[in-house]
Amino acid sequence: MTLGACIEGVGLLGPGLEDWATGAAVLAGERPYLPAPTALPAPSILPAAERRRSGASVRLALAVGLQASRHAGADPRMLGSVFASSGADGANCHEICVALADSRREMSPTRFTNSVHNAASGYWSIAVGCMQPSQVLCAYDASFAAGLLEALVRVSLDAQPILLVVSDTQYPEPLHAKRPIADAFGVGLVLSARCGVRGIAWIEATLESGEAETLPQRSLETLRTTVPAARALPLLAALASQAPRRATLEYLGGMRLGVDIRPCS
Amino acid sequence: MSTPSTAPTCLAAFTATSGIGAGCAATLESLRGRRSALRPCDFDGVDLPTCIGAVAGVDAQPIPATLRRFDCRNNRLAELALRQDGFLDAVRDAAGRHGRRRVGVFLGTSTSGILETEIAYRRRDRTDGSLPAEFDYAATHNAYSLVEYVRERTGIEGPAAAVSAACASSAKAFAVGRRMLEAGIVDAALVGGVDSLCLTTLYGFHSLQLLAGAPCRPFDVDRDGLSIGEAAAFALLGRAPASLDRDAVLLLGSGETNDGHHMSAPRPDGLGAQRAIQAALADARLGAAEIDYVNLHGTGTASNDLAESGAVVAILGRDVPCSSTKAATGHALGAAGALEAIIGALCLQGSLLPAGLHTRRVDPRLEANYITDNRCAPVRRILSNSFGFGGANCCLILGVAG
Repeated sequence: MTLGACIEGVGLLGPGLEDWATGAAVLAGERPYLPAPTALPAPSILPAAERRRSGASVRLALAVGLQASRHAGADPRMLGSVFASSGADGANCHEICVALADSRREMSPTRFTNSVHNAASGYWSIAVGCMQPSQVLCAYDASFAAGLLEALVRVSLDAQPILLVVSDTQYPEPLHAKRPIADAFGVGLVLSARCGVRGIAWIEATLESGEAETLPQRSLETLRTTVPAARALPLLAALASQAPRRATLEYLGGMRLGVDIRPCS
Repeated sequence: MSTPSTAPTCLAAFTATSGIGAGCAATLESLRGRRSALRPCDFDGVDLPTCIGAVAGVDAQPIPATLRRFDCRNNRLAELALRQDGFLDAVRDAAGRHGRRRVGVFLGTSTSGILETEIAYRRRDRTDGSLPAEFDYAATHNAYSLVEYVRERTGIEGPAAAVSAACASSAKAFAVGRRMLEAGIVDAALVGGVDSLCLTTLYGFHSLQLLAGAPCRPFDVDRDGLSIGEAAAFALLGRAPASLDRDAVLLLGSGETNDGHHMSAPRPDGLGAQRAIQAALADARLGAAEIDYVNLHGTGTASNDLAESGAVVAILGRDVPCSSTKAATGHALGAAGALEAIIGALCLQGSLLPAGLHTRRVDPRLEANYITDNRCAPVRRILSNSFGFGGANCCLILGVAG
């Protein structure tokens, strides 16, 4: 079995990368990369109660998920999903640890509910009214490749379209010093088993030995190495080139995920 | 990179460690003896009026010297469990047979080693607020810490990930591992889950007013919440050989859905749970009448048990015997799915339908056939439910080969 899928939609949000259209132009070398703090949109698709309770990591994941599903012209209720993140909601985790270190140990129920790694998956499912299976993974710095592998397996076995959302936000201090994630970065991909009219590119993945590729532009390479989810950038750069390309992505130990990309005609 | 497989998935080896025992024999003996691990909470200075199911000997379990950076309660519990039932040898044997890169590791956890971070925050530097130098985020707190510990401990080098979907985490890890086998990405998959006691979950469930005072009583008319436990449970999944022992255990199917309803409460109509059960039956190509026992999610909260009973009755009917073993073990959160899958495997092999403990009078509004006495009867197929925050639902079906 070849682990292949058609990319039908892309979402992107990161420092200086406000959406996939902007990001694709930057990655194709058509626009300069101008890093700026990631601007997270309000999660307008959430009901009011959930909107109030959602933090940066949920806003980020919902934004790229929505971009990708709109780009694909897909009904988000019909999409199974894979969410991957190295650390979910870092700010929320910090607040919980501060509260528990205090002698009163007063925990907010909302903070506890939001502390689960699958908070983004849960809020997404509520926002779009989706009951399809949602997988939620963490593989530290390899979380993008782990998420992509899981999404490709799902698409290959079930022939159902999958929304892949890989995103990370930064921890505040003092955790930031121990896990220095630079800024919020998220990527969304809608993957389907066959290339339809919306098809952007057919991808095929192979597990192989070796290091992941680096990006030629220093500021983008810095972004790739300082946010786990930004390990997706070589794939996105290859996609932005609109030419047949091969990208190699960071995975575990001595392994990498090689991805062959063939634009749909 | 892969050859798809249609061979059934078998549990080539499995083990479980929880408050009711370290390893399979002790676990089964406790189930037969109706023993519960739940005791008044005395964990780490916690002052909550609740009971917990702690595992004995976790703090005394050393981590191998070369892996000291992983040292935390969660990985100690993983280590304690890996040492039971010859499990490490079975994993090493599989790695030798298939190659290290052809064995994957997919483990569920909800809080991993966050206890280390809780402790580190108490020890922040008084002048600059920094965390202690020896605190290692990657090797303890991060959800992937558990997976990397198990990879390094066993020498497995194949595809890996932590599955972290709250209390459905480790049931979903079984589903992930099985799909990786079916897709031909791996030839064996170490699946399971580990979650350990920490303040985040104790005070968190307290803040939601979901902790029972006395040991939890799932499905009781007077149930008042859950009791938190901890556990580590593992299975080595492989493609079943052509001939199997009659009592070999197979992972026949899995079904996953999302409620899409609320972050911390199930859909009152139980529709997400219903669809997960239906999906698992379809995946296993089984009819509802072919399920002999249901190991319920059965937390003991008012809303879970009501929604779950409705879902079970809607899909499987009123007759199939059901119980929640959380009254014995406590709710092991992200490890609960794996723990209860292994309990299911033990019940299949031991011809046991385990009683739901502590339940004096079953809530008449709950129409599922909740059993409060152990029954000895042939069990060929069991279904195990796991539901979590974020609306995550996962249902597994296990069966014996013969």
